[in-house]
Amino acid sequence: MPIFLANNSLAESFMIRGIYKMPFLFLGQEVWITTTTVSTIIITIMLLAFGIFAGSKLKNAKEIPTGFQNFIEMAVEALNSMGDGILGENKNRFINYIGTIFLFILTSNLSGFMGMRAPTADYGVTFCLGIFTFAIVQFQGIKNHGIGHFTSLFQPVPVLFPINLIGEFANPLSISLRLFANLLSGVIMLGLWYGMMPIFTQLAIPSFLHAYCDLFSGCIQTYVFCMLTMVYVNDKL
Amino acid sequence: MGISGQDFIYGCSAIGAGLALIAGIGPGVGQGIAAGYGASAVGRNPGARSDITSTMLLGQAVAETTGLYGLVVAIILMFVKPFG
Repeated sequence: MPIFLANNSLAESFMIRGIYKMPFLFLGQEVWITTTTVSTIIITIMLLAFGIFAGSKLKNAKEIPTGFQNFIEMAVEALNSMGDGILGENKNRFINYIGTIFLFILTSNLSGFMGMRAPTADYGVTFCLGIFTFAIVQFQGIKNHGIGHFTSLFQPVPVLFPINLIGEFANPLSISLRLFANLLSGVIMLGLWYGMMPIFTQLAIPSFLHAYCDLFSGCIQTYVFCMLTMVYVNDKL
Repeated sequence: MGISGQDFIYGCSAIGAGLALIAGIGPGVGQGIAAGYGASAVGRNPGARSDITSTMLLGQAVAETTGLYGLVVAIILMFVKPFG
């Protein structure tokens, strides 16, 4: 059983579960459809529907916004002001990517409210997000500094090259582990509560845990991930 | 009663998971210090409350990382059983 990493039944309330085993092997490994895959697909469909709806609303935008258009404009302005603070005049080149991952991570973190296991509590998802950040940072470094991007690893003295190299590769690991571990701790706490506590305590009390672990922690970590991505990119401009 | 080698490894993994969570001391102290300075900054300049709060929360979330590394190590020892 490759998905059930733990063999006690309590752990199954918060572990990633396999739903369907694919009938083929990929590079000698079994391929599973897990809860993460399903909830990622649900979240993608929700974001897609939201985007199509918002786009069609903004096709006939009014001069004085009301209702839904007001909400969209507020969100875009908040995102722009977040980018202005760090990236300055280079904001417009990166704000699309930042906005996309912001929406995806925020919706994933809040998906605990909808009874799903948050996809960001799976290291496979957050590590991919970290790899995206790493790729953008390295691409910008090579594009803007050329060979100086690599010689800067030998600054100020060549002896520090290993430390600089580790520091470069530690960035995607640290931002992805931060997001993953925060969400995982929330998922484990709520899984233990729902799995262990008597039935009458599960009526209203978990809402406080949800408010802290999903809402507060999730929003803060989304903000931190986007901020740090912008800070790392801004270093290479 | 006989303790097999496997049981001994599981027990040691559980002790190691407990020891890994000592890492929670550092972020606790650090976040407390950040919150204390944030409170005194709000006391000196109440007008900048929202700026101070967002800066403090960002710094605390970054300082939390080392404690979360300990949590990840503990969870791996408990549930993934790398030595079992």
